Amino acid sequence: MLRRYSVHMFLALLGFVLVYLAYNELVNLYILSILMFMGVNIILSASLNLVNGYMGEFSCGHAGFMCVGAYVSSMLGVLLFAKDKVFGLPLLSPEFALYAFPVLIFAGGVAAAFAGLLVAIPSYKTRGDYLAIITIAANYIIISGIENISYIGGSRGFMGMKRLIRSMEDVVDLPWMLIWVFLFTIFSIWILRRYLSSTFGKGVSAICQDEVAAEIMSVNTNKIKTITFMLSSGLAGIAGGLFAYILGYVNPGSFNILKSTEVLVMVYLGGMGSLSGSVLSAIFFTVLLEVLRPLQIIKWVVIPLLLIILMQFRPEGIMGNRELGDIFPWLKRFYRFK
Amino acid sequence: MTQLHVQEKSVPVLEIENLSQRFGGLTAIANFNIALGENDLTGLIGPNGAGKTTVFNLVSGFYQPSEGEIRIGGTPIAKLKPHQVTAMGVARTFQNIRLWSDMTVLDNIRVAQHYRLGYGFFHSILRSKTYQQREAEITKEANNLLEVFDLIRYRDEFPGNLPYGTQRKLEIARALSVHPKLLLLDEPAAGLNSNDIQDLIRLIRWIHNTFDVSIWMIEHHMDVMMELCNHIKVIDFGETIAEGSPEEIRKHPAVISAYLGDDTL
Ligand SMILES: Nc1ncnc2c1ncn2[C@@H]1O[C@H](COP(=O)(O)OP(=O)(O)O)[C@@H](O)[C@H]1O
Ligand SMILES: [Mg+2]
Repeated sequence: MLRRYSVHMFLALLGFVLVYLAYNELVNLYILSILMFMGVNIILSASLNLVNGYMGEFSCGHAGFMCVGAYVSSMLGVLLFAKDKVFGLPLLSPEFALYAFPVLIFAGGVAAAFAGLLVAIPSYKTRGDYLAIITIAANYIIISGIENISYIGGSRGFMGMKRLIRSMEDVVDLPWMLIWVFLFTIFSIWILRRYLSSTFGKGVSAICQDEVAAEIMSVNTNKIKTITFMLSSGLAGIAGGLFAYILGYVNPGSFNILKSTEVLVMVYLGGMGSLSGSVLSAIFFTVLLEVLRPLQIIKWVVIPLLLIILMQFRPEGIMGNRELGDIFPWLKRFYRFK
Repeated sequence: MTQLHVQEKSVPVLEIENLSQRFGGLTAIANFNIALGENDLTGLIGPNGAGKTTVFNLVSGFYQPSEGEIRIGGTPIAKLKPHQVTAMGVARTFQNIRLWSDMTVLDNIRVAQHYRLGYGFFHSILRSKTYQQREAEITKEANNLLEVFDLIRYRDEFPGNLPYGTQRKLEIARALSVHPKLLLLDEPAAGLNSNDIQDLIRLIRWIHNTFDVSIWMIEHHMDVMMELCNHIKVIDFGETIAEGSPEEIRKHPAVISAYLGDDTL
């Protein structure tokens, strides 16, 4: 009984502590924003791990899907709930923003999932390096597409999302962004975990290990690839939506190849095919980025260098393809995670 | 009534008519014909590069034939994807073992039931009643299969840790978890020692007696073929050069000359 609900209780406690600290302003806004970016990065690295680690493809355009989610949920939110110079007066009363917020984020996720078809459909026939190039192309198509729509700000970006956050806080005074990021992070890990542990989802590993055998042993490989790419890009879209609302503005430049590379680093750092590895490395990497911030652009010398060192001495990443429970079996006595 | 019954029974499990397959300028298979009944145990032999594996690849839907037609239980498989052909009851093993190496033995058997999971993405996320019921059934069936194949003690092992002969056996078990009407075995004795080969002969005969399945196998070990098959087809350079009972094949002049200098016969 205790074992069964221990993870739920731990997460509830963690959530409560975070909200308590933020509500009473015991942590400053800077720390708070780092905590929220941790959540966003966890979603990004775990969802990219689904494709690169579990399915064995090499996607390097994850930030493109993040961008779709960010723009769709931002624009929809501002159109419906905030006064804005592009869309004019809000269509609905701003008080509803609080209840509609998860729907806005999901809408971004769904749009990004469909953008994922840009990679999923070519993947029926293409693999490996060639598909990797297609993912880069997809990233560029999305970014350049948005840069060329001047109606929504083009390369200058789009803003107005802070107003939604303020109207949420006017209704109930709580640190809403922190709460939403926390919940969506748990939701993402939960969905990935369930998908991958079902016999249906193990078709993903079958494709990774031997695609011919998978197809011959009755796995509908095209269907599994479609679902997997859409799930991965959809979660990236959710992360993008959250990212946009945390910052209060978006511009296409923040979703370029450099951002995609950042996510790749997190996946390889944590370990291919390890969800707990992705979570740990996202937390570590977010902190690392902040620590290295004073170095400014030099940090892009230090981080790739770290990657080279990692590939030399521990190419399988922190966790390899194992989960926390495999490395510390005693942990399993305390939880059952489904 | 009886007549209708007889007619139903007489639809062959597999029919191949005038099958040809060309790869560029190379004719890998030319004008190939065969019909397999419900409980047949048929052999396909021929020198290396004769086109045997190509026939199996065509039957499992891996290539679209250049010419000719393949029917499973009377239904043409042209335009079907391999996973759809498998769902019609065609399972196979490979010349070089293709198990999923990072999946446990149990998962290897479970995933091969993919076409009849009966649930999809949303069920797997919501862990619906259907999901739980089907997963329980799938696991139970996989356990049973491992039990009857005497592989249950390897359940949680990875295939790479098993002896080679056991991996071959596991691959056959995985093929049977598809519930096939037709089982294609591509050189199941390749790489086995003589003890393992005797076990394999017993295993195939046991499968033939236990399961409702027509077996078609490619094999270089003639003793295996002589002992198991009731009908053998011989091809060379894609052409059928002989067919008949094992005794007929052994004496057939065309077969002897095709294998001349080849000591496998
Ligand atoms: N996908 C392919 N593309 C081109 N040539 C092929 C292909 N598959 C098989 N072949 C050729 O067809 C011939 C028959 O091959 P195969 O069926 O594997 O022979 P075997 O009887 O030894 O199983 C060989 O010459 C082989 O090189
Ligand atoms: Mg062959």
